[in-house]
Amino acid sequence: MVAAMKSESNLEKVLARGLFAVTGELGPPRGADADAVREKAKHLKGRVDAVNVTDNQTAMVRLASWAASILLLQEGLEPNYQMVCRDRNRIAMQSDILGAAALGVKTMLCLSGDHQAFGDHPKSKKVFDLDSIQLIGMVRKMRDESKFLSGQDITKAPKMFIGAVENPFGRPYEFRVHRLAKKIAAGADFIQTQCIYNMERFREWIRQAVDMGLTEKAYILAGITPMKSLKMALYMKDNVPGLDVPDWVIKRLEGVDKKKQADEGIAIACEQIEECKQLKGVAGIHLMPIEWEHRVPEITERAKLLPRPIFQ
Amino acid sequence: MIIAEKKQLEEIKAMLQGYRKVLNVGCGGCTSVCLAGGLKEVEDLCTQLTISLEGDRVVFEAEGYTVERQCEPHFLAQLDEIVKPYDALLSLGCGAGTQLLAERYPDKPVFPALNTVFIGVNRDIGWYEERCKSCGDCVLGMTGGICPNALCAKGLLNGPCGGPKDDHCEVNAEVPCAWIRIYERLKAQGRLENILTICPAREWQDQVQGTLILQPYRDRYAKKDK
Repeated sequence: MVAAMKSESNLEKVLARGLFAVTGELGPPRGADADAVREKAKHLKGRVDAVNVTDNQTAMVRLASWAASILLLQEGLEPNYQMVCRDRNRIAMQSDILGAAALGVKTMLCLSGDHQAFGDHPKSKKVFDLDSIQLIGMVRKMRDESKFLSGQDITKAPKMFIGAVENPFGRPYEFRVHRLAKKIAAGADFIQTQCIYNMERFREWIRQAVDMGLTEKAYILAGITPMKSLKMALYMKDNVPGLDVPDWVIKRLEGVDKKKQADEGIAIACEQIEECKQLKGVAGIHLMPIEWEHRVPEITERAKLLPRPIFQ
Repeated sequence: MIIAEKKQLEEIKAMLQGYRKVLNVGCGGCTSVCLAGGLKEVEDLCTQLTISLEGDRVVFEAEGYTVERQCEPHFLAQLDEIVKPYDALLSLGCGAGTQLLAERYPDKPVFPALNTVFIGVNRDIGWYEERCKSCGDCVLGMTGGICPNALCAKGLLNGPCGGPKDDHCEVNAEVPCAWIRIYERLKAQGRLENILTICPAREWQDQVQGTLILQPYRDRYAKKDK
């Protein structure tokens, strides 16, 4: 599929060799606390190929994603450095990308970002100088042409493996696969989806992506979030935009003792992961155990995802 | 048109503290139409201020005068004699008109009674909605007549984002997702190809104060070389 390495990133190496990839996620703390990052990183080391580092998620100020990414590198993990469009203009974005690359970051994820209204500084000035698709294009231009968005030369190109996010269940449904196509045309090398529970609809979406030839151009990782409890499942079903939680998930969690719900949630996730391994066009999974990072070792073990490949 | 709304009375009173004789200057243009700064609103504000400041036992006198449009210098000319006896002017024009007033009478403190909020349309009586950000680079042709800058909370040119809930914006559940609307309108017109291609990064036009001199008049204002 992919000829020469674009970035030498660990994630790229796993995917280029046709191995089923696993990525994880880490939300930095709301303080100047490097140890908090290291603590979360401990649960992920050796269990995932790269770790998403969120960028002021839900517009709440957190330790910068570039800084947490460097901390992860120091701990021997590969960061997937997230950058949103909400807070930075193209000058700051390009500058941060050069900085991150100079310090060893090789994988990044380009997103629009949650609107500032959700966060702790709702009246701050919104930026959105670029949207996520324009950001993807800009990073690709920096990497492959060694040029800034302005067209001027970069002295040393940042070699980034470029990621993007897509939501197979967002409206308008018929347009989602075309938006995926736009992101890939812009330069996305890999795509992580929002978390999936409705496997039937996911299968349909991935089939469309395969039919359009998109899975030949980019690697798609299915988002998996294990349900911790029935309460969580019900909350996510009713309150989270763009999420489709089918009734069978609720029924299975209802069918077990409260103490066993977490275990059942993990069991469901493992079944989904097993199916993803067999599904044509799915190159891996993106594991997002929300505030449950300490269960990653158990989940990756039960889902038979270990050991992770190591490259010299 | 330009939509403005009146500031809270307390804020206006705080601005006018120490001034005893104030002229409230109304505008017969946009702020009249959106019921914020026309003849009637000027009279109402004079009354409100007088009663409120009387209650505070402050010596105060407010009178009103409404011009055709505050953004037009020759309409302001009629105020030249009128403003003389006043300590301060309270403008019920938009931010632009208020500034022209302040420029014309630089020795008089000029205060804004209104907050200028957006360029928009009249949906119904007393209901105005933003439609335009005056970005200077109109893409309405591409989006089927729906502005992605004014109506998409993230100003996306390659939307929608992953956020819409029940076809409404994740930020404001009252507002339909602009990009779902754009998609549906273009689909109905058979013009979906507009949004299948990537829209490149904008060249934002609002870098410095905007000035527009129409081509036929450029010679008139050109700096003459000595």
